[in-house]
Amino acid sequence: MEDVKPQLVKVTIDGIEVEVEPGTTILQAARKIGPAVAPPAMCYYQPLKGSGGKCRACLVRVAAGSAKDPRPMPKLVASCLTAVQDGMVVENETNPQVIDARNGIVEFLLLNHPLDCPVCDQAGECDLQNFAFDHGKVTTRYEEDRRTFEKQDIGPYIQLHMTRCILCYRCVFTADQITNKRVHGVLGRGDASEIGTYIEKAIDNDFSGNVIDVCPVGALTDKTYRFKNRVWFTKPVDAHRDCPTCSGKVTLWYRGEDVIRVTARKNEWNEVEEFICNTCRFDKKKTSDWTIEGPTKVSRSSVISANKYRADTIKPSFGQRLAAAEYKPIHDERDTSQLDIQQLPPERFAKVLPSAMEPEP
Amino acid sequence: MQLTNRSKQVSNKEMTLAEKMYLPAVISGLAITISHFFRKKPTIQYPEVKRYLGPIYRGHHILKRDEQGRERCTACGLCAVACPAEAISMVAAERKKGEENLYREEKYAAVYEINMLRCIFCGLCEEACPKQAVYLRHDRMVPVFLERDEVIYGKDRLVEQMDDRYIRSNNSEVKTTPTEPSLTRAAT
Repeated sequence: MEDVKPQLVKVTIDGIEVEVEPGTTILQAARKIGPAVAPPAMCYYQPLKGSGGKCRACLVRVAAGSAKDPRPMPKLVASCLTAVQDGMVVENETNPQVIDARNGIVEFLLLNHPLDCPVCDQAGECDLQNFAFDHGKVTTRYEEDRRTFEKQDIGPYIQLHMTRCILCYRCVFTADQITNKRVHGVLGRGDASEIGTYIEKAIDNDFSGNVIDVCPVGALTDKTYRFKNRVWFTKPVDAHRDCPTCSGKVTLWYRGEDVIRVTARKNEWNEVEEFICNTCRFDKKKTSDWTIEGPTKVSRSSVISANKYRADTIKPSFGQRLAAAEYKPIHDERDTSQLDIQQLPPERFAKVLPSAMEPEP
Repeated sequence: MQLTNRSKQVSNKEMTLAEKMYLPAVISGLAITISHFFRKKPTIQYPEVKRYLGPIYRGHHILKRDEQGRERCTACGLCAVACPAEAISMVAAERKKGEENLYREEKYAAVYEINMLRCIFCGLCEEACPKQAVYLRHDRMVPVFLERDEVIYGKDRLVEQMDDRYIRSNNSEVKTTPTEPSLTRAAT
């Protein structure tokens, strides 16, 4: 029997064509092409069902709805919820209207955000920080008082800074889908809505720590890591252990010889690959508990890679290749026998300088 | 072949009596020497006197306090990540109740160290600081050190003293730089 393959649909995003299965969203199709065209996402989280559609960070313009009906969609659409259709043409970074809308979204998200990045533990791996870095303004136009909350302790391990929350609902979905009993949620409506546990009921569940990882801002933070160090001074290392409750695949964050934080592994979209349990996250902070797999791959543009000199993150070959391309043999016919100068044979240069034509390793 | 127009024709003619005695030449030479005694001395008596190096000179680091005397530094680590020489390191701590008059933010630097052997005085830390906490003062240099254990400056030598506050003046009338309290290891 043959497999019935679903008809693939063709989508064009920023002029790049990609074939995806029907039913995928525009965001997923764009992520398939690569990070250059993928719209930012603050609330959408692929592992969590039902997430997305709240922050409007991923708005794109659909220039042609489908091959059958090539009229453009009248308004910008949230790419994390809109399914692709055959022949759809999507404009993301190429459309100034989309960029303009995103700049507005950043301003709205930052309305009540305290901008205490120098204090916040999330700084350096914060989605909102990245988003604002790409699309934000330098100054604020907001003059009113920002809403403020007292920080709350949710259980012994998690701290909630409601001031930083952008109401993405990711933590609510996590609690619903990963743990079996949710005790926190969004209280209030509209401007007054806030994440809370009501009467400060402590979250105690084996997987409650995952809300720290899914939080795109520093609203839910690890109390065992509180002010321990900045993200970019720590060294992430992939490790695993035999855990009876979870997969046990984590990233350890080292400061010198000490593990100061344990998180789940994240993919290039900053999404958790496999959720981990609280025992792994909060209790196993010794190197002897873990089997080290090797350094985590950190993108060169990330601040986490600052001051880390791994051979595979820094590519010094560019300078060498440039030198090789610019290298001209000098016609030197001096009689150097008297001068005690040893002329290097040309093969020596060839050894040091790789060919400029060679691709980067 | 004439290379320059300053060449002189060499003559071999007999010297006069005055020229033979050398006296006029000696006197005119002495006159030049003596006239220098009455000129303004261009030498500055360093280290007793110091030249004003301008308002943008990058010298001794200082961790500023705010108007109420609270430390501005919140140990965000941006100076350390901006530092091309990796000279800065810090350990953060959380402010406790009752320390509000010591530290401005809820997080502060419990340890802040600059390795002066590594520092290249580029001023990138000052540029990176989001809290206007670290400055390279224009009026004071890092004193010479003779021992290895003197090169790492901790908070005791970096935090601004309340009786000796640092103000970066753009006043061009200030021509000389006040001397340091002591030329050796300062205030330890």
